Amino acid sequence: MSKDAAEIDGKGYWRAVLRLTLLLLAIWFMVSFGAGILFRDVLDQVSIGGAPLGFWFAQNGSIYVFVALIFYYCVAMRRLERKFGVKG
Amino acid sequence: MSQEMWTYIFVAGTFAIYIGIAIWARAASTDDFYVAGHDVHPVVNGMATAADWMSAASFLSMAGLIAFMGYGGSVYLMGWTGGYVLLALLLAPFLREFGKFTVPDFVGDRYYSTTARMIAVVCALFVSFTYIAGQMKGVGVAFSGFLGVEFNTGIYVGMGIVFVYAVLGGMKGITYTQVAQYCVLIFAYTVPAIFISLIITGNPVPQLGFISDVKGEDVSMLAKLNQVVTDLGFKEYTSTDKSMFDMFAITGALMFGTAGLPHVIVRFFTVSSAGAARVSAGWALVFIALLYTTAPAVAGFARLNFIDTVNESTYVESLDNYDTEAAAIVAAGGKPIPKWFKDWEKTGLLAVEDKNGDGRVQYRAGADNEVTKLDRDIFVLANPSIANLPGWVIGLVVAGGLAAALSTAAGLLMVISSSISHDLCRRTLFKDMDDKTELRVARLAAAGAVVAAGFMGIYSAQLAFVAQVVAFAFGLAAASLFPVIFLGIFWKRMNREGAIASMLTGLVPTFMYIWHFKIGAGKAAGSADWFLGVSPEGIGFVFMFVSLAVGIAVSLATKAPPQDIQDLVEDIRVPGTRRSHGIADSGMAPVADHT
Repeated sequence: MSKDAAEIDGKGYWRAVLRLTLLLLAIWFMVSFGAGILFRDVLDQVSIGGAPLGFWFAQNGSIYVFVALIFYYCVAMRRLERKFGVKG
Repeated sequence: MSQEMWTYIFVAGTFAIYIGIAIWARAASTDDFYVAGHDVHPVVNGMATAADWMSAASFLSMAGLIAFMGYGGSVYLMGWTGGYVLLALLLAPFLREFGKFTVPDFVGDRYYSTTARMIAVVCALFVSFTYIAGQMKGVGVAFSGFLGVEFNTGIYVGMGIVFVYAVLGGMKGITYTQVAQYCVLIFAYTVPAIFISLIITGNPVPQLGFISDVKGEDVSMLAKLNQVVTDLGFKEYTSTDKSMFDMFAITGALMFGTAGLPHVIVRFFTVSSAGAARVSAGWALVFIALLYTTAPAVAGFARLNFIDTVNESTYVESLDNYDTEAAAIVAAGGKPIPKWFKDWEKTGLLAVEDKNGDGRVQYRAGADNEVTKLDRDIFVLANPSIANLPGWVIGLVVAGGLAAALSTAAGLLMVISSSISHDLCRRTLFKDMDDKTELRVARLAAAGAVVAAGFMGIYSAQLAFVAQVVAFAFGLAAASLFPVIFLGIFWKRMNREGAIASMLTGLVPTFMYIWHFKIGAGKAAGSADWFLGVSPEGIGFVFMFVSLAVGIAVSLATKAPPQDIQDLVEDIRVPGTRRSHGIADSGMAPVADHT
């Protein structure tokens, strides 16, 4: 149920949003800058199909994770909005 | 029917569709014109955003670029998609909740400052003009290469088409034409990719073919490619000569630049709520990812196929007698140069020189290389012929390239016209202008911008900055626009003085660095003199952090922003709680007005 603006715990909601955002950005960083660039050499010792894993993350894998991250964010935000009674 | 005939049919047919949509979706108010009435469906907006985003460069050049750069090309793949995560999580929903028409509009109102608004206008205009000139040039190239029309005439035709749907329909017309343009371009990109994947790996899904074995052999496509290119003296495909830090910086500049580009951000003003903006960003990335995950596969296949069929092949002199001459070569036990090579040779995108006089073509790294011209656009353009697809597919690819260029040009045009009519005229110079006059000014500004963009395309050879779109547009967006928008939402203490200082410290040094090493005196010295070894393409990432630090330091040293502004920032973080705060609320009425 949505509440009147005055009853909403805006600060609590915002803290929860920031926590979620930080978590997702950490994953965003790990699959692109991490797996695709910084730790590429380590990951390349493993293969996915016929491609070295680090190289694959840089050219294909990171993009799949990006898509999943945004849709997860949509779902998680909707859950937060319901929990805090934000209209959205 | 000849291939040129098919190309004409596809190009004329798609252009007719775009104009038909424009007439159907005419804009009646400034709301329609700037933000398509704020009620575009999130999936539709996602598709329009994808077309807006994918330019002539993404469509024609990116796969070729990756084919030559190998692993180094990953910066484009990660950079131009990862930016959407930043957009969805950090900017788009909050900007939608703020409810403005343009990016400078947000900057001007959030920082209660005309100076800040004007600096944002300058950034938005420079970024957009650099970008749009490249699109117009792409239109000219497509016309002159495939329809036998002169380069300038091609640009005039492109100008005419964009003029009709952008000036008439504004954002509303552009949104629906972009949806049509997306369908054309993704179909044109994936069909040849599926066939070439089948030929090389036997797998119809290019993304899976990319990690599969070569058809009929016990070696993976990438391993074979590495083997083949190193045999010819090139570096391994899965390696790069860029330093790790430079890779990191370029990827960062492209990601944050993507998130800060005004023509992408405004697309999220067209949906109905913050939640819709989030969903829309997700769909936009799905539609973009379809092309961006196909591109590296196309790149690998094309490079492998090119070496396989062209290297050590016997040159055939005449195109008219190709079949008989080729049959003679085969009978003598040789390998004739493929027919598509001959077809594309006449466009000037390919050229060979028989340096050692053996009648065969040697493709090598270094001075013995006999393929003297190999344009990076050739891989996407020649894909249909390489895969032996019928002539109409080539027509489709040309129409797809034009769709990519025109849709991006139209989105940029909106940024230019709204910056002038809304931010410069309505909100700064003539504050009492009514809605009807503003709409007229917006149309006039759009018309003026079309003409200016066309001429920049025509004179692109003389305008040195046009060739440096990637460095300029993304570097400046990352260093000057991203920090003020981000801090404006996530740090309510950020004030006017901080915003102005932050934008200027991002804009000026980034611009000078790129100019110096790409166009000016430092061009000759090149990478030896680069600051921390960072290329001009990646420098925006470095200066973004400087800009963030300066913005924070200056804000802390000066007076906090008015209470009204701080309350407003808290309101937009929690959707649906926005009250009126005394600053102009045009564009979106406050949802929960308690005053």
